[in-house]
Amino acid sequence: MRNIALIAAKEIQESLRNRWVLAMTALLAALALSLTFLGSAPTGTVGARALDIVIVSLSSLTIFLVPLVALLISHDAIVGETERGTMLLLLSYPVSRGQVLLGKFVGHIAILAFATVLGYGTAAVTLAATGAAIDAESWTAFAGMIGTSILLGAVFIAIGYLISVLVRERATAAGVAIGVWLLFVVVFDMALLGVLVVDQGRTISSGTLSALLLLNPTDVYRLLNLAGATNASAFSGMSGLAGTVALGPAKLLCALAAWTLVPLAAAAMIFSRREL
Amino acid sequence: MTSLVEVSHATKRYGAIEAVRDISFTLEPGQTVALVGHNGAGKTTLIKLMLGLIRATEGHVRVFGEDPAAGGIGTRRRLGYLPESVSFNTALTGREVLAFYARLKSESVDGIRALLDRVGLAKAAERRIGTYSKGMRQRLGLAQALIGRPRLLLFDEPTTGLDPGLRMEFYEIVSELRERGATVVLSSHVLTELEERTERVIIVNRGRLVADGTLDELRRIAELPATVRVSVAQGGMEKVQNLLGAQDSIRTFNGHRIEVDATPSQKIELVRRAADAGDLIEDIDVIPPSLDELYAHFLRKEAP
Repeated sequence: MRNIALIAAKEIQESLRNRWVLAMTALLAALALSLTFLGSAPTGTVGARALDIVIVSLSSLTIFLVPLVALLISHDAIVGETERGTMLLLLSYPVSRGQVLLGKFVGHIAILAFATVLGYGTAAVTLAATGAAIDAESWTAFAGMIGTSILLGAVFIAIGYLISVLVRERATAAGVAIGVWLLFVVVFDMALLGVLVVDQGRTISSGTLSALLLLNPTDVYRLLNLAGATNASAFSGMSGLAGTVALGPAKLLCALAAWTLVPLAAAAMIFSRREL
Repeated sequence: MTSLVEVSHATKRYGAIEAVRDISFTLEPGQTVALVGHNGAGKTTLIKLMLGLIRATEGHVRVFGEDPAAGGIGTRRRLGYLPESVSFNTALTGREVLAFYARLKSESVDGIRALLDRVGLAKAAERRIGTYSKGMRQRLGLAQALIGRPRLLLFDEPTTGLDPGLRMEFYEIVSELRERGATVVLSSHVLTELEERTERVIIVNRGRLVADGTLDELRRIAELPATVRVSVAQGGMEKVQNLLGAQDSIRTFNGHRIEVDATPSQKIELVRRAADAGDLIEDIDVIPPSLDELYAHFLRKEAP
């Protein structure tokens, strides 16, 4: 435990020092703020549920940005340190490889959580400060959105580690990470849509569709935030899908947890067997 | 009493490449050992085997009586390692990095100041490592290896690229460690760099152990000729040459110096004959084979 905390603390310290955290928080805050105030222009001032609109736009932003940021910080966690030669020294210390990986995981999650809470929180607080009426239900949905965004980040941090222990060079890791991002964020949904259009509902039942959506963590996130909250789903145009897919929030959260734990466990196993 | 380190018939293969082939040796407490070989001879692989970072394909390695690859936490606390071309995260300061490593070894952070002082980094402690020179990084690497007064220190090419002053300081620290009873392994690709500071030399070549012993033992085994150099007074050249007898290896230099290669058994006889020449000679030197020659001899012997 102590070792995990030490490595996590060092990871956070380094990210603070090289201004990674600052850059990430600033990026998220800037995008969240512009989405909040520019994005709400079409709805005008009549929209009583201003924060719900923000949830919809920030969720869409998260689906693109958070996996990218998570992969960016995680893809070279192992291979980068190995290449720079710092891993060799670290592993000569009384610390197991599992502890190294878990410590980094805790550290990276903390960094991502900090940036998300602060970045998105700024947008919500600013919105409230400008006098928009926000009820408790919306605040809960917003907190849920931030929480699931961090969970989505955890998924991609774990996937990033798996990439990082599988490849031999940093450049390869970066390439694979971009590929993974494209696959989950862009290609998967387009392919799924294509299949659904061609199939015309003949063979693919709603059960199969649910299963297919679980295969992509970003879709699980989308279902949780855009279809889950009743108010948000009306704005997001996801209510149709939400009616079809019979998956409760608990199942969806379990799916995200599984998407985190399986790659993380696989990464830990491969890393502990890898020869340096 | 078991040995501190026991390497027994260790072989390490990477695919078809045999980095280390059937190497056996033991290290005892308090020894300073030089691990010498060309680049790629298997020195780093041997050190990684002793650190437990890799596992032997065949044979076994024991450090403090345990398998280092099994991940024994106790073993690693008593071990210091300085990797070849050590590197650190450049965003942190020297003190921060040392504090991190000290905590990992469950050592108090209080000892850091003394360590930084010892390696001459006290003034740069609060500076980011990104601003350090190569020598300073090497000093920091040395400082982290000394954390927790380890009983076994593995230094991989510690003096490569260091300026002579720093090298002297480094060897001072090594002799302090020896006095404290620690076992120190120094690897190097040139024997001369170790400047006779180690009591034992292990030479590896192409993954095989080709020599293991003290420098004197190795000299005896190698039977390399020493050079007897005689400075001759003006005009005595011919006479002295006759006195020394017809040697194949006799060389003369600018009319007043003679050099003869001599095996250990011939050496005394040559010196006696030269001394018989009395006033005709000004000086006699007996130069033992250099470390370079010794090293080259063992590598040649191994070549097919």
